[in-house]
Amino acid sequence: MTQSNSVLIDVEQVWKSFGDLDVLKGISLRVHDGSSDVILGRSGIGKSVLLKSIVGLLIPERGHIDVMGHSVIGMKTRELNRLRKNIGYVFQYAALYDSLTVRENLEFPLRKHTDASESDITDRVLEQLRLVGLTDAIDKMPSELSGGMKKRIGLARAIIKRPKIVLYDEPTAGLDPITAREISELILSLEEQFGITSITVTHDLECARIIANQIYILDDGVFQHSGTYDELKASSDPYTRAFFQVAT
Amino acid sequence: MSNLRKRPEISYFRFARDRFKSSMAEVYGITMFGMRFFRYVFVPPYEFAEVRKHLDNLGSKSIPLLTVVGLIMGLILALQSRPTLDRFGAGAFLPAMIALTIVRELGPVITALIVAGRVSSGIGAEVGSMKVTEQIDALEVSAVDPYNFLVVTRVLACMIIMPLLTAYVDFLAIFGGFVSEWVSANSSFQLYFTEVIQSLTFYDILPGVGKTIAFGYIIGVIGAYQGFHTSRGTEGVGRAATSAVVLASLNIIFLDMVIIQLTLILFGPGV
Repeated sequence: MTQSNSVLIDVEQVWKSFGDLDVLKGISLRVHDGSSDVILGRSGIGKSVLLKSIVGLLIPERGHIDVMGHSVIGMKTRELNRLRKNIGYVFQYAALYDSLTVRENLEFPLRKHTDASESDITDRVLEQLRLVGLTDAIDKMPSELSGGMKKRIGLARAIIKRPKIVLYDEPTAGLDPITAREISELILSLEEQFGITSITVTHDLECARIIANQIYILDDGVFQHSGTYDELKASSDPYTRAFFQVAT
Repeated sequence: MSNLRKRPEISYFRFARDRFKSSMAEVYGITMFGMRFFRYVFVPPYEFAEVRKHLDNLGSKSIPLLTVVGLIMGLILALQSRPTLDRFGAGAFLPAMIALTIVRELGPVITALIVAGRVSSGIGAEVGSMKVTEQIDALEVSAVDPYNFLVVTRVLACMIIMPLLTAYVDFLAIFGGFVSEWVSANSSFQLYFTEVIQSLTFYDILPGVGKTIAFGYIIGVIGAYQGFHTSRGTEGVGRAATSAVVLASLNIIFLDMVIIQLTLILFGPGV
């Protein structure tokens, strides 16, 4: 995907702890417009904490996070909500609203933040479902969907407002390898189609290989290494090598 | 060997102090959480569709249980009171006694306790489940305020529906009293209800119905608070539902006591 030099997400020296446990220890990251960056790391290492800090769900103790030129830390809720309209977030287990049908889940962001007419909303929902290949599921409840279908609907909901940035939290976790690959290819195709800038946290190397422009390896609260998939695969660093060997 | 004999050092004082501190922290948390309602309820966006949905959900689904409880409550009250009143030659006052007892006290409190058991736990479990499955986070990143969308709508629905449900239960309980009287003493429908209506004044009905709005507030706020502060997965959801019922019921009884005192001060003892 084409990248520009402008920085959309700038994370600088961010510290976040829970009680006595320091999870992020001065982590820094710059994501350029149009880039698809992937954060790899073991479970529980703080990958999701970083994503949630970027979108203002968690507040770091120290550091700076700028998203599209706006400082997220200390931002008022109203301004933060204005910024969030440009951000899509795909949750690990999709986080579909389980009292709403698939149609209502997709309609939700449009009804809340646009003045679109009923017919426009319906058209947009159908278009999203076509993009993720699930038009038949339109009137199903989330409980009737498989894990892979939920991920697709979660993805469709995240991009229905055509956000500039999408954050993916373990988009392929809990899926069989074939479905995981399909989801990764879907992410890549949607990002190319809509010019999305993204950060994906995962421990799925195949997903990283498919979608990443740049990969960061998180360990002990900071990024220990970064590079393209091929660079990291050829790395002589023991942790990176171990990560790639175990995962493959 | 001496180590084996050594008793574990349990400081009961420290235990009690910690429990007291955590209880106070929870009381403070619930109070602050509940106060936010008044800050949000008058500020847009207004989620009328959600309120309507909850009204339908809370109201229609509570009615079957409340119908049974209301009727049986009136029947039991009449059956239990009739012999005692007869002993003092006051059997004729039975309709008035039933009406006053139901409208002033039993109707509002029993309705609130039943709705707390059904609705507060339901809110706790539903919101708790949304919390542990990150649906509340999903609302937040969709630029929708979860407090406004989930809490204000539910609390408002509880506050609106409670007086209506209470009026319904009051009517059924008084009717249940009539059924008992009709079966046991062949009492006339017209006479019974004339006495009921004559015995009730504005000052009996107003506090009785008015306090149910406060009960609705408690049911909604405590259920939502427990749900919002759910942790530790599905186990936490169960705990949130249970805590919601227990705390809501306790608070309803405590608040009822306070409101009775206030009513007596403001309106006097009545008839």
